[in-house]
Amino acid sequence: MTTNLSSTDALSGPPGVVPARAAGRRPGGRREFNAFTGLAHVSLIVWALATAGPLIWVVLASFKTNTEIFLGRPYALPESFSFDTYVSAWSQAHVGRYFLNSVFVVTLSTVGTMLFGSMAAYVLARYRFPGNRFIYFLFVSGLAFPTFMALVPLFFILKGFGLINTFTGLILVYIAYSLPFTVFFLAAFFKTLPKEMEEAAVMDGASHTRTFFQIMVPMARSGLVSITIFNIVGQWNQYLLPVAIMQGAGADSKWVLTQGIANISTSAGYQAEWATLFAALTLAILPMIVVYAIFQRQIQAGLTAGALK
Amino acid sequence: MRRGKYPFIIGFLAVPVALYGTFVVAAYIQTFQLSLTNWSGLGPIEYIGFDNFVKLWHDDLFWKSVRHNLFLLLLLPLITILIALVFAFLLNVGGGFSRGVTRGVWGSKFYRVVFFFPQLLALAIVAVIFGRVFAPDKSGLINGLMPESFKPWLFLADEQWALTCILSVLVWQAIGFYVVLFSAGLGSISQEIYEAAALDGATRITLFFRITVPLLWSTIQVAWIYLGIAAFDAFALVNIMTVDRGGPDGATSVLALMIYRNAFEYSQAGYASALGVVLFFLTLTFAALTLRVTRRETVEL
Repeated sequence: MTTNLSSTDALSGPPGVVPARAAGRRPGGRREFNAFTGLAHVSLIVWALATAGPLIWVVLASFKTNTEIFLGRPYALPESFSFDTYVSAWSQAHVGRYFLNSVFVVTLSTVGTMLFGSMAAYVLARYRFPGNRFIYFLFVSGLAFPTFMALVPLFFILKGFGLINTFTGLILVYIAYSLPFTVFFLAAFFKTLPKEMEEAAVMDGASHTRTFFQIMVPMARSGLVSITIFNIVGQWNQYLLPVAIMQGAGADSKWVLTQGIANISTSAGYQAEWATLFAALTLAILPMIVVYAIFQRQIQAGLTAGALK
Repeated sequence: MRRGKYPFIIGFLAVPVALYGTFVVAAYIQTFQLSLTNWSGLGPIEYIGFDNFVKLWHDDLFWKSVRHNLFLLLLLPLITILIALVFAFLLNVGGGFSRGVTRGVWGSKFYRVVFFFPQLLALAIVAVIFGRVFAPDKSGLINGLMPESFKPWLFLADEQWALTCILSVLVWQAIGFYVVLFSAGLGSISQEIYEAAALDGATRITLFFRITVPLLWSTIQVAWIYLGIAAFDAFALVNIMTVDRGGPDGATSVLALMIYRNAFEYSQAGYASALGVVLFFLTLTFAALTLRVTRRETVEL
């Protein structure tokens, strides 16, 4: 507190002079405020346009023909609205399949991550036993390493289990790589929960497992929601792991959305089917906008939760 | 103590520890082991000591990639944090004072919602979008906006500017997240401090440098580390957006891309692992340096 006050004092001169100075400055100050506010608005509007602009452009271009796209004038309205490009993106370019693959993989891997992550976090946070600290730090140290450092051995470990190019392999890897953060975050959360409820459950003769699922999990709901959102978004957006794992014969039928869209982008160059690419992109972006519109506050809270801890 | 404590502990830990041990811990350890071999990915493993690292030392593409990672490492956090701080300040305090409370400029809720959205998109999807935004002909968003007579910019096809394009996409995606993060931090700064400073006649620019930045310092530190780690990655962008993946002529090659290509395209599992080890030490050095350089007394309230 003192630090700040003294620094402001230093700016406005000796304490005795402050009121007079401040009063004398007021008209000038207001002018500065107005120019400032104007400038602030301009910069904010520019950035809002820079953020939304490319996305709006993608949607517009998805309705255009190749000729229209190459004409320039990116924000001109398309000559006709037809959903043919969407039909072709969904079925011929397989966006539908990639989308469902992503939904399938992320559903199972998020459920697995939350189940195993909260189980491990709970035991590590609330039970004393030899090796507790060691296991905890083993999990947390995973936060310090970049994923792609482990990429080469990971591939060969999966290959050893026959899990390359399988959904099972991808789901297990998603769970394993989501555990460090999930355990770290939830262990801190479980530590803050009061002991009384747990003791009451014990008095009633509930087992450890029942206490966890029926008492502790409901009490930890807010933390669980944040970290679930964090994991869904993180796993939905994964690109490196699926690219490394889903390769080999017939892999393209198992690709997830990020991988599939990236591939459509490459082939769009050869086949000059740009409108289809833009339709595919729109199909990938639109669900995110809908989900974001509904759960905007929870999503912001969930994604920033980690950094604020 | 209830009966069955240890069976319960073991039962709860068995699956997570097994998964984590098999796919994460074992993989990290083997990276170090494989870095000392010339394994191609098939057949017997032969140890060759530190030959891979000697080879790295003489590999031009390696040094280029390291330089590119350092370029991103320096500029990505600097630009993102600076812009995000200014926006967060405008959205929370920029509206000045009314009835004794500071407030954001008009419409600040709307801006926060819009700015944050790109964070929700996969970097791979963002890469595909910006691959088109930067198209070197009239079909690209930026070149399409230019007047008719303008000679189209090459962007990603231009050796000099390709990496800057990558940087700008990373900044584009990251800013909203840090605006929200810093806003959350600003929300916890007491109104009284701003009030007191305002009574002393402090301008909003003074408020920014003398109050906002010092009080947000620990959040800024976290942001710096997060962005630094993102700068070491950039794989999705480089792999999807750039000409010849990492080109033109290696102008956008980064370490992550080198690891991927050596492992899965050139059958150089050993060499790729050595790159992984280098990356590990670079990341570690960066985190330690950041914590050391940015350490200063936290302003306590």
